[in-house]
Amino acid sequence: MKVVWYATAALGLAVGIGDVGTAFAQKPGGTLRIYHRDTPASASIHEEATVSTQLPFMAVFNNLVVYDQQAKQNNMSTIVPDLATSWAWDDSKTKLTFKLNQGVKWHDGKPFTSEDVKCTFEMLQGKGKQRLRKNPRAIWFRNLKEVTTNGPLEATFVLEKPQAAFLALLASGYTPIYACHVNPADMRTKPVGTGPFKFVEFKGNEVIRLAKNPDYFKKGKPYVDAIEMRIIDNRSTRILAFQAGEFDMTFSQDITIPLLKDMVKQAPKAICETKPQYVSRNLIVNREAAPFDNAEVRKAMALAIDRKAFIDILTEGKGDIGGAMLPLPEGAFGMPPEELQKMTGYGGDVAANRAQGRKIMEGLGYSASKPLKVKISTRNIAIYRDPAVILIDQLKQIHMEGELEVVDTPLWHAKVARKDYQVGMNLTGVAVDDPDANLVENYSCKSERNYTNYCNPEVEKLIDQQSTITDPAERKKVVWKIEQVLNDDLARPIIYHDRAATCWWPHVKGFVGHENSIYNNWRLEDVWLDK
Amino acid sequence: MGAYMIRRFLLMILTLFGMSVLIFVMLRVVPGNIVDILFDSAGMVNPEDKKRLEAELGLDKPIVQQYMTWITSMLKGDLGYSYVSEKPALDEILPRIPVTAKLAALALFFSVLFGVPLGVISAVRQNTSLDYFLRVVSLSGLSLPSFWLGLLILMAFVQYTGWIPIYSDAQRGFWQELWLLSIPAAAVGFRASALIMRLTRSSMLEVLRQDYIRTARAKGATRQAVNYDHALRNAVLPVVTIIGIEAAFLIGGLVVTETVFNIPGVARFLVEAIRWRDYPIVQNLVMLIAVITVVVNFIVDMAYVVLDPRIKYEG
Repeated sequence: MKVVWYATAALGLAVGIGDVGTAFAQKPGGTLRIYHRDTPASASIHEEATVSTQLPFMAVFNNLVVYDQQAKQNNMSTIVPDLATSWAWDDSKTKLTFKLNQGVKWHDGKPFTSEDVKCTFEMLQGKGKQRLRKNPRAIWFRNLKEVTTNGPLEATFVLEKPQAAFLALLASGYTPIYACHVNPADMRTKPVGTGPFKFVEFKGNEVIRLAKNPDYFKKGKPYVDAIEMRIIDNRSTRILAFQAGEFDMTFSQDITIPLLKDMVKQAPKAICETKPQYVSRNLIVNREAAPFDNAEVRKAMALAIDRKAFIDILTEGKGDIGGAMLPLPEGAFGMPPEELQKMTGYGGDVAANRAQGRKIMEGLGYSASKPLKVKISTRNIAIYRDPAVILIDQLKQIHMEGELEVVDTPLWHAKVARKDYQVGMNLTGVAVDDPDANLVENYSCKSERNYTNYCNPEVEKLIDQQSTITDPAERKKVVWKIEQVLNDDLARPIIYHDRAATCWWPHVKGFVGHENSIYNNWRLEDVWLDK
Repeated sequence: MGAYMIRRFLLMILTLFGMSVLIFVMLRVVPGNIVDILFDSAGMVNPEDKKRLEAELGLDKPIVQQYMTWITSMLKGDLGYSYVSEKPALDEILPRIPVTAKLAALALFFSVLFGVPLGVISAVRQNTSLDYFLRVVSLSGLSLPSFWLGLLILMAFVQYTGWIPIYSDAQRGFWQELWLLSIPAAAVGFRASALIMRLTRSSMLEVLRQDYIRTARAKGATRQAVNYDHALRNAVLPVVTIIGIEAAFLIGGLVVTETVFNIPGVARFLVEAIRWRDYPIVQNLVMLIAVITVVVNFIVDMAYVVLDPRIKYEG
């Protein structure tokens, strides 16, 4: 880990030097205008699990450490200091100590201290005096025993057992430090942070406004005077508004592949970057009830899936085939093709796979004239329904007759939780491209976001094992082993990973889209307007 | 007349009471509540946390108790708090009313301004090329979906002017505000004016065949006097009814227009609140729309007396 630590520190220094070198080019002033796609449920990042909250409010806060806003890929070596000036592990690798920046103030003028760090994590663990209304990522900190302080400028995270990737979770935009003296209800409506921009107003269905924090502890930043995010629900209207120059930037990955063609035609000067969303289309399979309590039926279903067909139909060939972790080349833990091919349903010829699937089903007594009737449940939203319809068509190939059951969104998770489904078409978004976030959230036994309650002691053990490994190559090997087991268990078979584009006009400078997460690059302190 | 008005007023109260019960029950019949949606948006299902939040919001109480709390608070002027924004419901609803009211008034103005005269012209020039043209226009108005027409207008503006006429909360002068609202109002007014035009036309055609119109003509009344003084006044009664219905509809029914032109009005807010099952907002907004509808109907009934002296409301 020391190697990683030194590498990160050196990179942080290099980024700092780089900043000094290019500081003269940046023009201060102006308002950065980004459109927002919908009204976020609240402004409290810790209580939400959507980029709708993350994008507008990440700039209000700081983390202890953060993924380098100027580096394209999020990985352990692109973690840089934020509120912390440095960090160090003890010899047992269970104590992580952060030295904190001096003179940092909350937007209301109160001083930031190590007590704020302590109470933020106590709140996330459900131990603090303040209680969050929702706490969707509590599982991230399952290994955290306590946070201790040593004076106002030093905080130590004490872990139950070594967890090399703990730092990755702290670097996510989802892990800002909250102010002890502001209650969670106020954080939902008028958040107070230490970040480059102060909260000004949040009018549902209308606008979110932030203003430059003149007392920001990173001297000279941010560059723009204000950020204005007008909320436009209708996608056609907001794209037209961007093309008309009403906005400097689109919402994160708002431009789907089919829409991108029109964008390029109507706004040829706009810069559009197509990147993975780290949102996978996947299947949830009820393994506790017939017929999918039978491993053979599950295997047959895995063999019926033609992932390329999904990608060709739904994303004009731009999606990616992969496992639970984001595929290569952008994903930090993506499986190389030779590993991917080893997994059931991924390798070989689709027709041959399906023939094998049919044989299994015929062995179980099913045929074209006597198919297995299966209900495919999904949310009543196009991005869920469309792949479900394709799945139904593909299942016919192995004597399964699917029936689509659309479920009203508010009832979806409750239905899944009470296991009232056979197969569900699901979407899973991941904030941090690290197994300690993705695999722990979605496949570990105690996670609230593990909707299927999948619980395999072997996977649990492997998840814990990879978490302690510091060598990236060794860690990847264990992660790929987990992928193999998850696929064999049909825990949540991944169909494909989607891609979409974010666009901005050439006068927007200093913005770098992260390629393996849409949640961690919205600090916006480096963005400036060349006009 | 006085007794009729008192009876009518009491009937209005009864209608609103019935509406309040209906709104309250229907909202709770719809599957899922705010807690389901909040937890769904965070992608988690912790039954204990859900129960705690339901208790915090008072959703664990018996439905009758919840209804009584709402009604008694509302009568005291307390509309409660939005579950989503956690702000007073009144503070959320009030700023949106003038936006929608301005848009609705302008749309109604356009629809009457064009609908009634063109309807009369179409009737008096029946089966001429002008009549056929106006009938095609009116049928187009009824057939074109508002969202499509709205998007076409936006696309045309972007294409030919490089500007998009969507709403923002920026400070504007009276004429700029009027211009900005005129565009969505014209999109809405097109449909409403088409409806009014067709109704005026058919109503006028019916009246123009009446004996008293022939008598007026025989007595040497001018064509203008016959059409506007004798015929239109009698033909306008059903048109007034439609204008009243449209006026009430425009307060809560502009969802598509408000969405396409990004206007932060009542209708779009209502749909959003329904999506979140934000009961305090939905209940109070629907009640507001119900009150407006009932009051407008009452005004329309009273207008009949003014427009047609033969109509008398007996006690």
